[in-house]
Amino acid sequence: MNTPITVLLFGITRDITGQSTIQQPLPTQARVSDLMEQLQNQYPRLGEIRALLVAVNGEYADPDTPLTPTDEVALIPPVSGG
Amino acid sequence: MLLPAEYKRYQKHLNLPEVGVEGQLKLKNASVLVVGAGGLGCPVLLYLTAAGVGTIGVVDPDVVDISNLQRQVLYTTNEVGKPKAKAAVAHLQKLNPEVTFDTYSLAFESDNARAIAEGYDIVVDCTDNFKTRYLINDVCVTLGKPFVYGAIHRFEGQVAVLNHQGGPTYRCLFPEFPNEMEIPNCNDTGVLGVLPGVIGTYQATEVIKMLTGLGEPLSNHLLMVDLLAMSFQKIRVKRRADAETLAQAGLSSGYKPAKSAANGPQKIAPQELANRLAAGEDIFLLDVRERPEFDICHLEGAVLIPVGIIPNNGKRIPTDKPVVVYCHHGIRSANVANYLHTQFGLTNLYNLDGGIHAWAREVEPEMEVY
Repeated sequence: MNTPITVLLFGITRDITGQSTIQQPLPTQARVSDLMEQLQNQYPRLGEIRALLVAVNGEYADPDTPLTPTDEVALIPPVSGG
Repeated sequence: MLLPAEYKRYQKHLNLPEVGVEGQLKLKNASVLVVGAGGLGCPVLLYLTAAGVGTIGVVDPDVVDISNLQRQVLYTTNEVGKPKAKAAVAHLQKLNPEVTFDTYSLAFESDNARAIAEGYDIVVDCTDNFKTRYLINDVCVTLGKPFVYGAIHRFEGQVAVLNHQGGPTYRCLFPEFPNEMEIPNCNDTGVLGVLPGVIGTYQATEVIKMLTGLGEPLSNHLLMVDLLAMSFQKIRVKRRADAETLAQAGLSSGYKPAKSAANGPQKIAPQELANRLAAGEDIFLLDVRERPEFDICHLEGAVLIPVGIIPNNGKRIPTDKPVVVYCHHGIRSANVANYLHTQFGLTNLYNLDGGIHAWAREVEPEMEVY
């Protein structure tokens, strides 16, 4: 495990975890999909959200996007309120 | 041209060289459709009206409720029970008699959306539900029309200019209509009253910028606003190559949430799978992990097709018997199951809940774990 990565949470992901930021330790050469798998193990409700935009350092990211400890990840679900 | 009264009314715009008479005339000759006259719609309508947008359409099927007044600043207490679209236009017309209003006291739906939206230059999404949000996207994408998206949740909001000059669409952010299980379409969630004021004024700003050609539109980005931290994040987003296909498919879908429980992938617990296999049921076990993981441990009789090559191997998966997809913890396999359901139309899919890790813990303790 390395330096934890910063994960910013929005919308229902914030409601589920009860936090607006998580520091998540990740193995080296981890990808977005690995981070998501870890988070979903910790918070199984996250696994039910398919419509989740993941951004790394302010850019839309794919599950394959590699992560480094200095990255900032944001989990952005759609919100419906108006 | 501008009338003498308009020179006075819009003096502060005219004094900005970046707007001037030319910009004010662009506003006057423009038409904007505001879908939803609630929390977001109120500030959007107030500022577009005040700014002198020539024609404004207001769509809302609801009546004013007393619980709206905490944030829907166009309405007054004595208007409770009145149709919102009508009440809104009555106020707005007093604010600016130069503006022409089209009042639609009806729901924006698949069968009227295109006809209503067609005549306007820009649509503003101020709705409070996913169904209408996806409909607005799909109609605007097929009409080639830009729209300004805004949405709120508790203390945070999202804003984006979508489908603007080949920029991303709502389905480029969130491709599929979420079901109730994922994201409750919750009317009970609280919202800080000032939040739609903040987000709605950003939406109105973007409309005015686009109409007058001021600055840079908030296209290719999603703006996230968090009032608690007073933080603002711009996420860069690109248009998906299939944005139009998704919009067209959406329009013919009838806006049911994707993957109803009826035939979409279901979860199966390790013990239940063990019982069904022990009873002799013919089940196709699909392992979507990588080869080295498979070599550590796998379910007896499982077929290995790693996630990455699933798209080219969809035809290898049978349709005539139950298919249980699994991975290490059940996440990759859930994505694969959803993919197989949407892309290949498979309706016989199960996702092994907790993956092979849970299987090892609950069914086969002697299995090697990693």
